[in-house]
Amino acid sequence: MSVKTKAPRVDLTDPIFRWVSFAAATLLLVVLASLIGLLLVGGWPALSKFGFDFFLKFKECPVGQGPICIDTPWNPVTDNYSATAPILGTIITSFIALVFALPIAIGIAVFLTQFCPQRIAQPLSTAVELLAGIPSIVYGMWGLFVFAPWFAKTIQTPLLIAASQSPDSFLAKLVAGVPNGANLFTASIILAIMILPYMAAVFRELFRSIPAQVREAAFGVGATPFEVVTAVIIPYVQKGMIGVVMLGLGRALGETMAVTFIIGNSHKFPKSLFDSSSTLASTIANEFAEAADIHRSALIALGLVLFLITFTVLAIARWLLSSQRY
Amino acid sequence: MDRALRRKLANYVFIGLCLLGTGIALLSLALILWSLFTQGFGGLNLHLFTMDTPAAGSEGGLRNAIVGSVLMCGVAMIIAIVVGILAGTWLAEIGGDTPYGHAVRFLNDVLLSAPSILIGVFVAQILVTGSPFALGHFSGWAGAVALAILATPIVTRTTEDILNLQPNALREAGMALGASQFTTIRTIIWKAAGAGLLTGGLLGFARISGETAPLLFTALGNQFFNADMGQAMESLPHVMYNFALTPYEDLNKLAWAAALLVALAVLGVNILGRWLGRDKNAGH
Repeated sequence: MSVKTKAPRVDLTDPIFRWVSFAAATLLLVVLASLIGLLLVGGWPALSKFGFDFFLKFKECPVGQGPICIDTPWNPVTDNYSATAPILGTIITSFIALVFALPIAIGIAVFLTQFCPQRIAQPLSTAVELLAGIPSIVYGMWGLFVFAPWFAKTIQTPLLIAASQSPDSFLAKLVAGVPNGANLFTASIILAIMILPYMAAVFRELFRSIPAQVREAAFGVGATPFEVVTAVIIPYVQKGMIGVVMLGLGRALGETMAVTFIIGNSHKFPKSLFDSSSTLASTIANEFAEAADIHRSALIALGLVLFLITFTVLAIARWLLSSQRY
Repeated sequence: MDRALRRKLANYVFIGLCLLGTGIALLSLALILWSLFTQGFGGLNLHLFTMDTPAAGSEGGLRNAIVGSVLMCGVAMIIAIVVGILAGTWLAEIGGDTPYGHAVRFLNDVLLSAPSILIGVFVAQILVTGSPFALGHFSGWAGAVALAILATPIVTRTTEDILNLQPNALREAGMALGASQFTTIRTIIWKAAGAGLLTGGLLGFARISGETAPLLFTALGNQFFNADMGQAMESLPHVMYNFALTPYEDLNKLAWAAALLVALAVLGVNILGRWLGRDKNAGH
């Protein structure tokens, strides 16, 4: 009598599980690949029609104005489009937002990790992280209903009145615009408030990753907290900090709703800090649902530009943060 | 000036500036929350849940938007959790160290931080117009897919992080009993990581529940009550976008009420996620 009565059962669950989970991982890859492919295919008609003019187009200058004039058409009636103004608006707003948010975010992170009593630090950090999760449209609504009217009344109007005394001064050129609070500058401030909790939270993680001995050693030789931060902590995580800045920039560049509400949405070359403008994302948000043909294609081309910019920035951020040992 | 005094002074100025920065940030965020609560609570009443979005001047609520948001987020989360947990498990347990695994991880991060409006454009091109799969009109399905694409990378990422935290002894124990890899993962690893996996799902949900941009061109919006995912569908963020931009005060008030509902949901889910993952070091 043989012991072995039947062939060993072939267990298929493992291979099936491997294949199914592999398929799930691949699905992510397929989605991203088709996203890029679709942006390329969808944007191609506009890109091929306008060529390099889509990004930068010169025009003849009106008499008495500078040597170079840039044409920024965006006209669904004549089907003439250019990405110059939205690209500029995106870069300017993100840059101003970073200028405001960066020092404050570093200040918060330093305060939370170095000076703050432990009992307050934990709830405060949690609060900062929770605020990073508030949907951007809420920030946009606050900007539209509260911040823009306040800004127009208490800052923009007095500045305009002051500037009207000397119409040719630098100030007058800087603050020219309609005093309704919907402009490049207010959009940048809202963006700054939005990326602030996010950047502060990542900075805090970064600072906390520094071994305690490093800090203690610096304190041990008699450094003040200020010297510990500037001479030890910040150099220690330098690369990582640039990475965080890039992460914040990536967020600001792609931010849609908060900006759409208060940037004023005009497709022209911004002439002053308080001029209305538009960004890549706000232009798409405003027009895509009703666009057809070449208009739609131009908007998808804007999306492609936005994707390439954010992808580059975030890839750099990732590289800097991963080369930082922490 | 004495050197020691100068150092001391610089230190105080620095601490002062840090405090000032924290103060500015907390003040601006407190102002936002203040407006949200004062304006939002004014609009909170029972009609919000029993009536649909009105035309300007007439009474109404947010019933259609709440139902739309719940349906679309629900479908999106089902997709995101199934795909995300499987993909995260593959990365952590099976193929994460292969070149292909590295590529998937990198692309997942790209997808995680891609501007949400581009996801909207992408899904609109595929499911609304312009492709063989297109329905030809706006639909709740398209909105749900767009939200799922936003949530999946988050779930994948947290799943991988959580599974990597599980000790190898657990895997060895399963193998030593002769269990297959699938059984080990299903009955030991996933179980041990349960709270962390749930945290991933909650984080994903918190991210998508306030997203407006991807819904603008996919689900559009719908003034009427509609539980059919095949048709255009209203959602809370879309109501906020639409009604905030109108000059009518009653509609603005509804927009604030919607904002308050969404913010409370997001905060609640975030706190719940934190509480669940408090001891598990939930990779966030």
